[in-house]
Amino acid sequence: MLILTCPYCGIDADETDLAPGGEAHVTRHGADASDDDFEAYLFHKRNPRGVHFERWRHVYGCGKWFHAARDTMTLEVFGTYPAQTLVPPKTLQTKIKKKRPDWKGFKK
Amino acid sequence: MSTRLADHGRLIDRTKAVEFTFNGKRLKGFQGDTLASALLANDQLLVGRSFKYHRPRGIVAAGPEEPNALVGLGLGGRFEPNQRVTTTELFDGLSARSQNHWPSLEFDIGAVNKMMSRFFPAGFYYKTFMFPRAAWKHLFEPVIRGAAGLGKAPSARDADRYEYFYAHVDVLIVGGGIAGLAAALAAGKTGAKVLLVEQTADWGGRALVDGVEIDVKPAAEWVAKTLKALNSMENVSIRTRTMGAGVYDHGYALAYERLSDHAPETTGPRHRLWRIRAARIVTATGAIERPLSFAGNDIPGVMLAGAVRDYALNYGVSVGDRTVVVTNNDDAYLTAIALARAGLNVPAIIDARSKATGELPEKARKLGIRVETGKAIGKVIGSKRVQAVTLAAQAGEGATLEEIKCDAVAMSGGWSPVVHLWSHCGGKLNWDEDQAMFRPDPARPPLGKDGSGFVIAAGTANGHLAAAPAMMDAYAAGKRAAAEAGHKAAEGGAAPVAKSESQDRIEPVWLMPQGAAYKLRAKTWLDFQNDVKVSDVQLAALEGYESVEHTKRYTTLGMASDQGKLSNINGLGILAHSLNAEIPAVGTTTFRPPYHPISFGAIAGEARGGLFKPVRQTPLHDWHQKNGAHWEPVADWRRPYCYQRDGEIVKQAVTREILNTRQNVGLLDASTLGKIIVKGPDAGRFLDMLYTNMMSNLGIGKCRYGLMCNENGFLFDDGVVARLTDDSFLCHTTSGGADRVHAWMEEWLQTEWWDWKVYTANVTEQYAQIGIVGPKARQVLEAMGVKGIDLSAEKLPFMTFAEGSIAGIQARPYRISFSGELSFEVAVAASEGRAFWDAALEAGREFGIQPYGTEALHVMRAEKGFIMIGDETDGTVIPQDLGLHWAISRKKADFLGKRAQLRSYMQDPDRKQLVGLKTEDPEVVLPDAAHAVEGPKRENGMENIIGHVTSTYYSPTLGHSIAMGLIKGGSRRMGEVLEFPVAKDRVIRATVVDPVFLDKEGIRQDV
Amino acid sequence: MKRYSAFAIAREALRHHTGWQRAWRSAQPKKAYDVIIVGAGGHGLATAYYLGKNHGIRNVAIIEKGWLGGGNTGRNTTIIRSNYLQDESAAIYEKARSLYETLSQDLNYNIMFSPRGVLMLAQTEHEIRGYRRTEHANRLQGVETRFISPAEVKKIVPIIELSGPRYPVLGALWQPRGGTARHDAVAWGYARACSDMGMDIIQQCEVTGISQKNGVVSGVSTTKGDIACNKLGLVVAGHSGVLADMAGFRLPIESVALQALVSEPIKPCMDVVVMANTVHGYMSQSDKGEMVIGGGADGFNNYTQRGSFHHIEETVRALIETFPMISRLKMLRQWGGIVDMTGDRSPIIGKTPLNNCFINCGWGTGGFKAIPGSGWSMAATMATGEPDSLAAGFGLERFREGRFIDESVAAGVAH
Repeated sequence: MLILTCPYCGIDADETDLAPGGEAHVTRHGADASDDDFEAYLFHKRNPRGVHFERWRHVYGCGKWFHAARDTMTLEVFGTYPAQTLVPPKTLQTKIKKKRPDWKGFKK
Repeated sequence: MSTRLADHGRLIDRTKAVEFTFNGKRLKGFQGDTLASALLANDQLLVGRSFKYHRPRGIVAAGPEEPNALVGLGLGGRFEPNQRVTTTELFDGLSARSQNHWPSLEFDIGAVNKMMSRFFPAGFYYKTFMFPRAAWKHLFEPVIRGAAGLGKAPSARDADRYEYFYAHVDVLIVGGGIAGLAAALAAGKTGAKVLLVEQTADWGGRALVDGVEIDVKPAAEWVAKTLKALNSMENVSIRTRTMGAGVYDHGYALAYERLSDHAPETTGPRHRLWRIRAARIVTATGAIERPLSFAGNDIPGVMLAGAVRDYALNYGVSVGDRTVVVTNNDDAYLTAIALARAGLNVPAIIDARSKATGELPEKARKLGIRVETGKAIGKVIGSKRVQAVTLAAQAGEGATLEEIKCDAVAMSGGWSPVVHLWSHCGGKLNWDEDQAMFRPDPARPPLGKDGSGFVIAAGTANGHLAAAPAMMDAYAAGKRAAAEAGHKAAEGGAAPVAKSESQDRIEPVWLMPQGAAYKLRAKTWLDFQNDVKVSDVQLAALEGYESVEHTKRYTTLGMASDQGKLSNINGLGILAHSLNAEIPAVGTTTFRPPYHPISFGAIAGEARGGLFKPVRQTPLHDWHQKNGAHWEPVADWRRPYCYQRDGEIVKQAVTREILNTRQNVGLLDASTLGKIIVKGPDAGRFLDMLYTNMMSNLGIGKCRYGLMCNENGFLFDDGVVARLTDDSFLCHTTSGGADRVHAWMEEWLQTEWWDWKVYTANVTEQYAQIGIVGPKARQVLEAMGVKGIDLSAEKLPFMTFAEGSIAGIQARPYRISFSGELSFEVAVAASEGRAFWDAALEAGREFGIQPYGTEALHVMRAEKGFIMIGDETDGTVIPQDLGLHWAISRKKADFLGKRAQLRSYMQDPDRKQLVGLKTEDPEVVLPDAAHAVEGPKRENGMENIIGHVTSTYYSPTLGHSIAMGLIKGGSRRMGEVLEFPVAKDRVIRATVVDPVFLDKEGIRQDV
Repeated sequence: MKRYSAFAIAREALRHHTGWQRAWRSAQPKKAYDVIIVGAGGHGLATAYYLGKNHGIRNVAIIEKGWLGGGNTGRNTTIIRSNYLQDESAAIYEKARSLYETLSQDLNYNIMFSPRGVLMLAQTEHEIRGYRRTEHANRLQGVETRFISPAEVKKIVPIIELSGPRYPVLGALWQPRGGTARHDAVAWGYARACSDMGMDIIQQCEVTGISQKNGVVSGVSTTKGDIACNKLGLVVAGHSGVLADMAGFRLPIESVALQALVSEPIKPCMDVVVMANTVHGYMSQSDKGEMVIGGGADGFNNYTQRGSFHHIEETVRALIETFPMISRLKMLRQWGGIVDMTGDRSPIIGKTPLNNCFINCGWGTGGFKAIPGSGWSMAATMATGEPDSLAAGFGLERFREGRFIDESVAAGVAH
């Protein structure tokens, strides 16, 4: 039963107030995409054991989508941030690196 | 025999007698008794039969770890199987029945299994019962199932109710012994919000029977004082009869409060499930005593030493007149001393250790109790109760040195901290060699959302078996928990000082005597309820089931309803010894919630009956209900399938509704249709991405049918879009799709095109939408009184809308049609829905207006060849499959799903495509979802299926059957006759035709 | 290997069960094998078994990170059925179901397959249509199923409540030869048979790398050293992505937690498996008497084998509405497993971009029922180097082409 802090309304939201939305920072590939890009966009989601950037929606709250950085082995949450960004905030990346020295860093 | 003592019994009120029945026998106990203590007071030693061999079994423990003494409690809607007598508080009129025997507890036929036990070792069923093949299901399995299973299944509906409770606290403390109380005191003083829960009805735990002193006074005085202090703190809540059931991620915990199990006549819920979020959880859950493994350790009268002490001191009940104490530690001496002081006979203390010279053994000797060190029980003599034990050398194989007459045995193999809650969420354990037990490893706690440990084990549960260090540890734990939750303690405030008699080192004993011969080991129980013996674990190891999980599953050790609370560590000891390995290397099985079983009723809470998935209701729900609605669940809604009149069957009603709508006029509650407003400068651009067709060029006041696909290209929703103003659209969705589509829009707006200026609002429930449908629809509206709208075909043509007043109600009629008839779908404020409906019925009476339901709607749309999401689509269908090319823009550079529809398989001309189907015999209706086949069978023996029927009806309008189907390469098969084998010996033939059966030119709707 | 039988038990009883052999040998890795299977769960062991039995390939090692059968094979709700809609699914699940029928005899290990029947309740008009569609398809596919009336449902499951206030039971899809089996025994039985054929089952051995030469797999590195092989089969369910990473390709798989629970044991009260998909819950009764209940999956990536409690609540609520008598039973234990969900929720069997490296994964929430068919097909695919007829539709390439095998279509969407 996760708790994630909604970066919009500041509420520590219970998992039951949230809807998960899969991997974050996935680039949409549209009508002119190559077969490879399009396949990767739809199906090749990262499924790491460890640090994962993912999307959530505060569905029974403010309704906003946001991103979370979470460890899939321990469920530790490193931080949450608004969805309107292409990369995780630098400070968050630094924090994760400090907590997980083995982490290979954010890859788009 | 077991009986009530003349004195002792700090928990019972001897002035209040309580009557109860056991197997129909009327018995007496006192207020404050548990069912266990009351049964023992009545010399009811035999209380149940074991799972596999149906051996007679008595009470072993005094708490939730009890494996044997399970009974059926209550009657009718209050009957409940498998209740532990040790956790059941006695009340007047309690009715209990023993389980798992036939015909009676005293004489159980199933006990022949006992004689045959040598043929039923661990896992025997994997090795036999294989021939003949059918015999497993028809012969062996039913016998095994019947013999297993413990209590009877309840048959009546539960007469009680249940509820949830929410608590958000800084510190949750589980366990109301002196450790839990001390932790609560320390945490409470900091001002932190504290919840302290205790599973029993009483505070203080074992300290009160173990003669502990706190701050130089009997522990009871400190407990009373502390409770008073806690009660006076506003930031502290304390609850008895509330068990910490489970710890989950991020500080989530469940507590299970039993409100009326002990007082069934009270009103209110029976159980309450507490859903708790705590910044820190302190587990002060104490420890559970381990049995010793000697032959006959399951015979009624053999009991844990601590339990014997509990029954004597808490309830004034002696388990036997002559109790032999057998131990490998000092703690059991407390029991011998307590019994001796109560005037009972203790023929001997049999201590497996080579010497026993501590404070307690010396005290026992002073009381004149015979202490035999280096000795073991060879075996217990007796069947339905203990008659004697044989004395043997612990180092030997079990040769009898002496037979000691007794009627009870108090055993202690040491204590195991209750680490369940610590472990539920990943807390790790260390093996403590000195104390021969697993204890929480403070360096590897369960980790919370910030990565720090959020569970703190305290007191005995943390491995501090003596009162003094336990008290210090628990007080510090409470303080630390509060501090970590943001509440620092003020300086000063020292921990209470506890004192108990000192105890010497335990000597682990996993088998007694250590070299016990096979015949003894095969009578030495590890798991009492599941009948797992020492020899079974040894067999598992011999056969290569070496992992502790393999052993558990092969022997069923620890899988009974006590989940191994008594058996796991002893079993582990035997396994480690068999594998010649160390205990920590063998490891433990996983601790899973709940700590102790909790009722399904409590888990479901109040969400039952009408509150289980509440029905969404349109403003017209009550009218439908009163006017013969035959309901159909549609997503979270209910919609009238049809309205039955007196004497009508459903089918007749549907036919009547269709014909009346086609000939006169029908009235439809379409309020469940999703309605989403999309507004903003980029609204048109946004809808162009969402729909396959172009929406940005839709004229104001006009409507357009649109299709939505997901990124896999599959069609998932459809509906009519109306352009309200230059920058706002109203998108209709399917009834089930409104929330999904709205979420879909928000997802794209917020996560992909967040710089686009678009706002959405789901206004589905803000409007009632009522269809007035049929050739006389316009007349009805006019009769209702229209202001500000010209309803004529010229001014309000097909696929447009207008706003004005109808029947004095602000309304927006859309000229859209799902039936092919002249149709006005009128949106009014939800609050005016019923008034509008009534007005339409009133005005429509002279035109023969009748309401119609979803089935008539379905038939009429199928007559027109309109698709229905969920019928013609199933999540794998693209719009091209449905011949909807006209609704897919070729001009747009992109839309959601476009790229996917370019993939090779989507372009395959042999995809299934929508066709109409006309049966050879027009009276024959193809069955729903019938499949078409073609040519010979495939290599693998399957028929060559080429498609299936998606919608099929008898059309009352046309007087023949109609159907649509998705057929491989269907668009190229026009005129082909397909075969639908609808049953083993029945094939229906149908010709592929255009799916539009009625009014292909659209004349009826465009008037 | 000494055979198991009632006679063997009687013989051993007389000598205090001292003569039993190990069910499987304890093995250390050799330098090289013809075939290495990574993952000693049901699917991996079955693959090895059929490689030996059907294709004569016996120089095989099965490598397991933990203990054999310790993943989802040992933590599922043991339901076996083949009432699937799509041809590809019906073929492989029915193959598996029919192999289960004789598996105890084949393995000389009683896996307790009990074809007690599986009922899938229809609780909306839409669901009726979905199950009718399956019924029609199954009849033509050679799978025995039948849509039955509420009255027949009540006869088969007397404890069911037909007229639940929210979702009445309108009928059910009935597969009389579906049922359950003892999950651990399936792994143990296959392991014993594999070991008997001379194969090495190497437990407590984690794969740390996959080596290749010129695009062809050449072996694995493990915590017990490097082992060479000609062919490699990856059969590790939720951890497939990690191994695919080592082999240099990506999979359309996400790992999530799926939960289950059991009640305390009670005397027999329900002989069949009942699944209620509208309200999300299913239940059967084990031979021990526990009500075995399956719940929903979390929607977020998770490797902890712990799920969120609200799924348990939802499932229990749904089942109390369906079976009111369980309200006074008690939950004994809940647990979770990590399931591997693919892009279309159907499994992947077949070749990978790395030559001679094959994959079998993505069984999601329904792998146990497929074990024998999955192993049969995977073995044929590995032996010949090309997908056999059962595996043909389940290749990795289907995602690129959009050729989904989507079983959720029968459940469909509400209109």
